[in-house]
Amino acid sequence: MLEEESKKIPESYNLQQAFEESGVKEVLDELDRDLIGLQPVKTRIREIAALLMVNKAREEMALTTAKPSLHMSFTGNPGTGKTTVAMRMAALLHRLGYVRKGHLVSVTRDDLVGQYIGHTAPKTKEMIKKAMGGVLFIDEAYYLYRPDNERDYGQEAIEILLQIMENNRDDLVVILAGYADKMDRFFTSNPGFRSRIAHHIDFPDYTDDELLQIARKMLEEQNYRFDKSAEQIMKKYIAARRNQPHFANARSIRNALDRAILRQANRLFKQNRDLSADDLSTVIEEDIAASRVLKSTDSTNQKE
Amino acid sequence: MKLTQGTFSYLPDLTDEQISKQVQYCIDNGWAVNLEFTDDPHPRNTYWEMWGLPMFDVKDAAGVMYELNECRKVYGDNHYIRLTAFDNSHGWESIRLSFIVNRPKGEEKGFRLERQEVDDRKIRYTTHSYATDKPAGERY
Repeated sequence: MLEEESKKIPESYNLQQAFEESGVKEVLDELDRDLIGLQPVKTRIREIAALLMVNKAREEMALTTAKPSLHMSFTGNPGTGKTTVAMRMAALLHRLGYVRKGHLVSVTRDDLVGQYIGHTAPKTKEMIKKAMGGVLFIDEAYYLYRPDNERDYGQEAIEILLQIMENNRDDLVVILAGYADKMDRFFTSNPGFRSRIAHHIDFPDYTDDELLQIARKMLEEQNYRFDKSAEQIMKKYIAARRNQPHFANARSIRNALDRAILRQANRLFKQNRDLSADDLSTVIEEDIAASRVLKSTDSTNQKE
Repeated sequence: MKLTQGTFSYLPDLTDEQISKQVQYCIDNGWAVNLEFTDDPHPRNTYWEMWGLPMFDVKDAAGVMYELNECRKVYGDNHYIRLTAFDNSHGWESIRLSFIVNRPKGEEKGFRLERQEVDDRKIRYTTHSYATDKPAGERY
């Protein structure tokens, strides 16, 4: 008691300074640098960060603040970076002092739902306990709910989650992720979930330009690069790939690049000459042009 | 008679906040926290019932506190609950910290000294817990 009384309330609070000192700025800048596109997501994360910074300032000034609920749902098509952002989110919330540990526990239906009666609750609670102090990330959350089977144990997991999300709000943040349409159906049949989640963040598809940037970045990370003509053909590839079935944004690009690198290795191997570091790290036009996607731009039902 | 066993036993009972800090200390040291309960508090009764499994993967004290509260809901009224921290590192492989986190709501009945006269008028001493005069589950 004495300590609290003697604690001085500062006259003013410099938000910018606190922002820079807390290391939040670093995480946000990193987010801007490393993640291409995703503007609405970044904006929302900045808003959340601002809210938490202001709350911290209010606390310093001894103004009462209710801890905001930060459960989130990430919806978007495959390969739009939901998991990547969730990982960053855990680090960010830790820097902001919202969660105590800042680790991410990533689970799917299998980890939460048991196989027989009485198996689900301990399993779900086990995962929740692991995630306490950090973030519980439930990938493809809609699989928890199977409307066709009313005896499905998923319902039990959902009930426990709802209860924990309400009662242990201070201890963990739950992030649900999944494809937009299925998540919508999931929320419609579980209205409790929708109302307990304050932040519904939608991950937009990447534009062709953004995907090209992502491709360049992915290659850079592995110490590869495109030459001029390869970049042109990659552009064409992205445009063509988008119209084919099972397009998974950045993930499709990653797969395409993996195959291009494979072809590059093959090409170099066949050349049978002395190679420079440059040769070894350049992906040229024909490595990408050999892709089936480009050969069959007309027939849409062919696989990659 | 207040039962004194384990660390902190001569201090007033720890508050939940204090327990939580001790738990975090254990976790930060890499010890697995475990909850046990009994209604037979004889000092030689070392094997208490376990509440679930030792919590090896929990990173934050909140997870342990959650289980402690669950355990209290079931056994809190008439059992002792203690918290032990197990160090699995080589050379220790044993409990590093153990303290009582819950006492039965009823009177703590304590122990009496029993004398047994044996051959040559020797006396054997033993402690007897009043609680165990009643069957398990009805003791507090």
